[in-house]
Amino acid sequence: MAYLELKNLKKSFGPTTVVQDFNLSVGRGEFISLLGPSGCGKTTVLRMVAGFETPTAGSIVIDGQDVTRLKPNSRNIGMVFQAYALFPNMTVAQNVAFGLKIKGIGRAETDARVNEMLKLIGLPDLGGRYPFQLSGGQQQRVALARALAPRPRVLLLDEPLSALDAKIRVSLRTEIREIQRELGITTIFVTHDQEEALSMSDRIVVMYGGVAEQVGAPHEIYNRPQTRFVANFVGTLNTFEATVRNADAGTLTLAGVDVALPEGGLQAKAGESVTVALRPEAVQLGRRSDGDIVLPGSIEDVHFMGSVIRLKVAVAGSTLSLDTFNRSDMPPPAVGAAIEVALSPKDLIVLQG
Amino acid sequence: MTRFLAWGTLLFGCTFFALPLIGMTEFSMRMLREGYSFEAYRVVLLDERFQQTFSYSVLMALATIVFGMLLVVPTAYWVRLRLPSARPWIEFITLLPLVIPAIVIVFGYIRLYNTSSWLPLTGSYTGTNILLMFGYMTLSLPYMYRAVDTGLRTIDVATLTEAALSLGAGWFTILTRVILPNVLVAVLSGAFLTFAIVIGEFTMAALLDRPAFGPFMQLLGANRAYEPAALAVIAFGITWACMALIQLATRFSKHTQAQR
Repeated sequence: MAYLELKNLKKSFGPTTVVQDFNLSVGRGEFISLLGPSGCGKTTVLRMVAGFETPTAGSIVIDGQDVTRLKPNSRNIGMVFQAYALFPNMTVAQNVAFGLKIKGIGRAETDARVNEMLKLIGLPDLGGRYPFQLSGGQQQRVALARALAPRPRVLLLDEPLSALDAKIRVSLRTEIREIQRELGITTIFVTHDQEEALSMSDRIVVMYGGVAEQVGAPHEIYNRPQTRFVANFVGTLNTFEATVRNADAGTLTLAGVDVALPEGGLQAKAGESVTVALRPEAVQLGRRSDGDIVLPGSIEDVHFMGSVIRLKVAVAGSTLSLDTFNRSDMPPPAVGAAIEVALSPKDLIVLQG
Repeated sequence: MTRFLAWGTLLFGCTFFALPLIGMTEFSMRMLREGYSFEAYRVVLLDERFQQTFSYSVLMALATIVFGMLLVVPTAYWVRLRLPSARPWIEFITLLPLVIPAIVIVFGYIRLYNTSSWLPLTGSYTGTNILLMFGYMTLSLPYMYRAVDTGLRTIDVATLTEAALSLGAGWFTILTRVILPNVLVAVLSGAFLTFAIVIGEFTMAALLDRPAFGPFMQLLGANRAYEPAALAVIAFGITWACMALIQLATRFSKHTQAQR
């Protein structure tokens, strides 16, 4: 049974509907990311769960209790904000203790819980400092400790890493995930950063235009995007136009080569054009194995990215991105070089919608 | 050349401001023919009416500050949080006391709250004191509101409120433990300005016939020579002390020592 359930959620501001028919079931202890571009409605969904926005329609149920009309201060939900939102007039320890004092927890227990939380976030000695004396990463850790201290039923993270620099962002996302796993707290994480969502989540909800486009595990979202938007938004994608030969058998013609899709059936008629997508890492330099489609091409551009080299290759009238690992004993391919690229039919994604 | 002009302008400004004060202070110390003395100050400070009127005005100033805070802080907070579209209207209303003379306001009060009205506040000393306090609140509104609003602008009111709400806090807790401490310096600035206004205010107190410091200064000025100058220096001293307190409050506010 779902621990947190969002049923048919809708939110309109005047004539504009920002979230529509949004459904999501979250299991206890699950880490869910709402991923999408700015204005897709992900923060609005989070704010409805927190109680800062009232849904126009639909309901929110936490652990069997309908909280749709409950005030935000009665929901027992912890929230971490992008802008940290630490109380500037209070020390770190006072910030963490704030929610506990509101709950009327005794001094001894409050002190113990504050120490426990500060230890959890790796800042046991900074209880006496004020927020302005901390770095951005430390402030966000304290904000996390403050949200977790009253033992909320659900933890909401509203782009908590966006204001931090790249290195701290990477280390803090690991820490957040470890703490979440350790406490087993049900978490909803809002982000527009696909790397964050893919690396941290149990499941991802990709949102666009107020609608959940696809819900799935990170590898499902990445490897089997169900819509054109998800395919384009998550990761880099090569797309080709192909012609359906036999829809039931799942065969099509791609760049003049006949291809049989291993999964078979296509939702299109014979002779129709469909868009087929392929990740850069699924394109191989040179012939690899039997059954691969091999196409001739020439290298247009070379981007050296450290461990990976991304090549732009002109193939069958379009440009294709291709990733290959860097090897210290081999220089990167030269621009203009004639090559062969191999694609496996099992890596082809036929895009719907 | 530009540097010379800048220094020249600054020097001229300082002289323009300081010269009358120096002259007034020098004059206030010439009460005795033998030479400079603090005789005028001694006479003023020992005057029973000075002590009575000054205490009265201090009490009125404190009451005005407390009630002003109770009115302005929640209003400015709510306007910033939930009614941003009402902000121009609220600003317009708070600016009205600057364009409507105090004499017009006090005549309006007397007409509305006289002994034959539905709320006869002028019928008793307490009622008139309350009326005067509300009058002072009106006069200090432009300064108090602006000071508090400026303070609120320096913090992320919406996010701090939401953070406190998510931790279970109610509105009273949010206002008293999260918002007010963070705008305390601004509130104190408004409070000291209010104090300075109330201490020197003459029109309202005189027309409502209350024993305030302003009418006493006027009375003394009309009948004596050296004492009014001494009183003016004392009044300046009080105002400057208020300004110094604002600076001190800012300096010793721990959490505003650095940019957030």
